[in-house]
Amino acid sequence: MKKNAPSQRSILHKLVLAPYSIWAALFILVPLAFVAYYAFTDSDFNFTFENISRFFTATSMISDGESTREVYTYLLIFARSLKLAVISTFICLLMGYPMAYIMSKASSRTQKVLVTLIMIPMWMNFLIRTYAWMTILQDTGILNGLLGFIGLGPVHIIGTESAVVIGMVYDYFPYMILPIYSVMAKMDVKLIEAARDLGCNGFGVLRRVIWPLSLPGVISGIIMVLIPSISTFYISQKLGNGKFYLIGDAIEGQYVANNLHFAAAIAFILMVILLVCMAFMQRYANKKAVVA
Amino acid sequence: MKKIIELKNITKSFDGEVVLDNVSLDIYDNEFITLLGPSGCGKTTTLRLIGGFETPDEGDIIFMDEKINDVPPYKRNVNTVFQRYALFPHLNVFENVAFPLREKKVPKSEIDTKVREMLALVALTGFEHRSVTSLSGGQQQRVAIARALVSQPKVLLLDEPLAALDLKLRKDMQQELKKIQKATGITFVFVTHDQEEALSMSDTVVVMSEGRIQQIGTPIDIYNEPQNAFVADFIGESNIVDGIMLADKKVAFSGHIFECVDSGFGTKEPVDVVVRPEDVDIVAEEKGMLKGVVTSVTFLGVHYEIIVDINGFKWMIQTTDFVDVDEHIGLYIEPDAIHIMKKSEYSGMFGDYSSFSNELDELSDAESEIEE
Repeated sequence: MKKNAPSQRSILHKLVLAPYSIWAALFILVPLAFVAYYAFTDSDFNFTFENISRFFTATSMISDGESTREVYTYLLIFARSLKLAVISTFICLLMGYPMAYIMSKASSRTQKVLVTLIMIPMWMNFLIRTYAWMTILQDTGILNGLLGFIGLGPVHIIGTESAVVIGMVYDYFPYMILPIYSVMAKMDVKLIEAARDLGCNGFGVLRRVIWPLSLPGVISGIIMVLIPSISTFYISQKLGNGKFYLIGDAIEGQYVANNLHFAAAIAFILMVILLVCMAFMQRYANKKAVVA
Repeated sequence: MKKIIELKNITKSFDGEVVLDNVSLDIYDNEFITLLGPSGCGKTTTLRLIGGFETPDEGDIIFMDEKINDVPPYKRNVNTVFQRYALFPHLNVFENVAFPLREKKVPKSEIDTKVREMLALVALTGFEHRSVTSLSGGQQQRVAIARALVSQPKVLLLDEPLAALDLKLRKDMQQELKKIQKATGITFVFVTHDQEEALSMSDTVVVMSEGRIQQIGTPIDIYNEPQNAFVADFIGESNIVDGIMLADKKVAFSGHIFECVDSGFGTKEPVDVVVRPEDVDIVAEEKGMLKGVVTSVTFLGVHYEIIVDINGFKWMIQTTDFVDVDEHIGLYIEPDAIHIMKKSEYSGMFGDYSSFSNELDELSDAESEIEE
């Protein structure tokens, strides 16, 4: 009886895990396989590299008044997406890090209230939040009304890159703050006291103890903001007045135009690039944890 | 001896609860001083005040003739070994020890020499590149000590540093700490609730209870001449009975008049009488000054611990002679085994072994190890 126990348990183990495995296979692996399959086939489902090469070679003309120049369409869109995503992520980090630190130091009651306040916007629909920002940022919107009232406005924001960045920062800010906060909340207060005891002033404590120990939270925060903001669409259409076509918009555009194979190719390339980036960042984080 | 730290009438409360009540204490250069008391007695708070992690509500902290009430920890020439070590998990052994030196921008070569010197002092040579999380409790403890000593503070504060170690390791570390203190000549302020530890390591013991200092003295003084019932009970085992001073060197308790060595009390003054369990001799019933019935016998290896009922008051006696439960015995007490104390607020609270059990004692010990 006893001899059988381990194998019995492992069967049970598998049984318990089965629903998750099936779920993962059905809703993660199969769709990914389809994306890859579409990316490498033409409309008759014959194998081709054409969709992939089109991403890297397609060109178009853009004019800025006087001169006209030829650009690589999708590489330009990708570069623009990356730029806006990096800026948004950086702003999220800049605002989120101190906020997370202050939260982690607050009383446990205040902490709960603040976490709830940060999460409440996440319960609202993404589209509604974006529409709300449209009305706020409009030339005759709430923000300009306010700025005008205190004599600083009006400022033209809607339809600029700034508006797109504001939208992204607003939407993804919780994903930055929560992982950093959860790392900081678990940090041992004694370590901070030890650092002060051993000669660190406030800044020294931050630089030599709090920052390195919060790095895992920072890295997962960066990943969780950077990735959705690179592939986001709709924000740029609504807040950028469609002037800043991003990679997510490109995928959506191709999909809507029933050009599934090329849409899949863009998605596939984006995914590969993001996976490589994430692998690098994780590697950096691990290395940092071991060496430092 | 030179005074290095002076606490002057320190009072400190948290949320309206008084933790330290008018505490005054002098700490001398090169001294191994121990703050001893049960949890909640204010010993850790005293340490944190010296370290700079708390500021006193009233009173002054003087460090080398300078008032330092509001000086932040990083500007004090005092370092702390924390209870659970507080090593930096993102740094290896070498970098943990080098931490304070890097903050002071000490040249690299000097850091290298000093850190290696410190690691040699705590017997951790060869561990430089190990991760601190891979070390055993005893090894982490040594790293914490090396880190606190590397910048040569005037005073080292140790907050129950041995509480998390097992008994054998704790004994070894006690010896080693004492050795390190002698070798470095740094003043150690040691906090513990373990009276044995306090007695075996310290030059000076400060017994604290309920935010007040009960007694300051050498381990021998504290043990032999406890100032009140609390100290007598907390340090070792004690039978504490009510007595009446009849004249100098003559005291009555438990229905017998004893010769003793204490004098200077008023005639007929009620006093507390302390008799240590190891100072009582067992004799035949008819030859005894006191007579009683044995109610329990516990074998403890070196000796038996027996409880004797004398007119309803239970005495603890440690003896190497075997007696049996229900045996009627006589007790003989030498004059210098009797210690007389003035009555205090603690009178009558301790020293009766009627509810005594070793198990209970250990239980309350374990409880007090949980942080205050």
